[in-house]
Amino acid sequence: MALRMWASSTASALRISCGSKSHLSPAFSLSRCFSTVLDGLKYASSHEWVKHEGSVATVGITDHAQDHLGEVVFVDLPEPGGSVGQGSSFGAVESVKATSDINSPISGEIVEVNSKLTESPGLVNSSPYEDGWMIKVKPSNPSELESLLGSKEYTKFCEEEDAAH
Amino acid sequence: MSTPQTKIVPPLINLIRYNGLPILQQLHVEEQLLRTSSDNWCIVNDGTEDPTIVMGISGVPSDLLEIESVLRDGIPVIRRFSGGGTVIVDSGTVFVTLICNKEAVPDLQPYPRPIMSWSGHLYDRVFRGIGDFHLRENDYVFGNCKFGGNAQSITKTRWVHHTSFLWDYDVRNMAYLKHPKRVPEYRVARDHLEFICRMKDYMPRSMFIDRTIEALETDFSLRCIEPNGMASFLDEKFRHSTRLLTRQELEAANYASLDEISMLS
Repeated sequence: MALRMWASSTASALRISCGSKSHLSPAFSLSRCFSTVLDGLKYASSHEWVKHEGSVATVGITDHAQDHLGEVVFVDLPEPGGSVGQGSSFGAVESVKATSDINSPISGEIVEVNSKLTESPGLVNSSPYEDGWMIKVKPSNPSELESLLGSKEYTKFCEEEDAAH
Repeated sequence: MSTPQTKIVPPLINLIRYNGLPILQQLHVEEQLLRTSSDNWCIVNDGTEDPTIVMGISGVPSDLLEIESVLRDGIPVIRRFSGGGTVIVDSGTVFVTLICNKEAVPDLQPYPRPIMSWSGHLYDRVFRGIGDFHLRENDYVFGNCKFGGNAQSITKTRWVHHTSFLWDYDVRNMAYLKHPKRVPEYRVARDHLEFICRMKDYMPRSMFIDRTIEALETDFSLRCIEPNGMASFLDEKFRHSTRLLTRQELEAANYASLDEISMLS
């Protein structure tokens, strides 16, 4: 019973999610970084993720980011048709009296914006890798993905960042 | 044999002091320095001339303002680049803004809550021995009465933490603001005038500013910049997101709000 309770509270702390809809699996470790990091995505050191499927890349912020930001109450996103540059800001989230820039991990043309975030900004907190996606981009230079972090590297990056503070 | 101690040199911060700079101009300076400067800055603005309403980035006028009164009396309404709530500021407001590189404060994670907490420690030093000062949720309070409201904006490499301090206020001005939907828990059911207090009941104005500058010297070495020396740091072509709402926008918001009320009744 005690072991079951421990396992349950540990699973909750690790925020284990099945990620089954997107064929992604969580890569988690028992470390100070109790955030979900999914295999199959690429990550920026500014805590955005990108999922490249065919000619479209979907972008959002990571579980680590949403956890550190707090409750998201507003998401400011651009219109489709604009362009984004790798590492440049394309919008912002508001949480706890702060606006925080969102930076694109990849360059390209914005082909779709998640309009659900206007009415439901909390999706960024509850589902950062799925319903909380922010923009879809047609990449202008897919080789940019090679400069991003894989799931293991990003997990280590988060651990080191949290340990340093 | 003893090893020589390495003296840690605190990072430089540029201090600029304004007197009565219009709040729109102050916010424009801040937004530009956040986005284009690589220096750390402290801006102190002692009052702003005319009563002005300042909303956060996501502020909705019909939710936050008594728009008919605002339009009738011609009160300017600004939407600023940072998050947070709505204030009405005037000559009784003292503004203190910190704009920092993320490495400026060692071991400080550039996220809202750590920055807010760090600012609370800074102002602990300012108000030591004066009133019962706390950072309470995201406000500066004496006891459980708010006298300082905060907001932030965070980029990849820098952050702004700005505060409007209620040195004094005109009760009539507070009537332009509605009771917001989101209030801090410690406010409980109090109306606005029971919830806020005046700094002037606790310390002289000049003492507050002097103590704030002194508190900054714990973490930074200060370099004073004269207001007329700011031209080299600012570019007229910079595009600000902070802006004044037009009369047409406020009228449209009021009309939409009245329309919604009539549909519901």
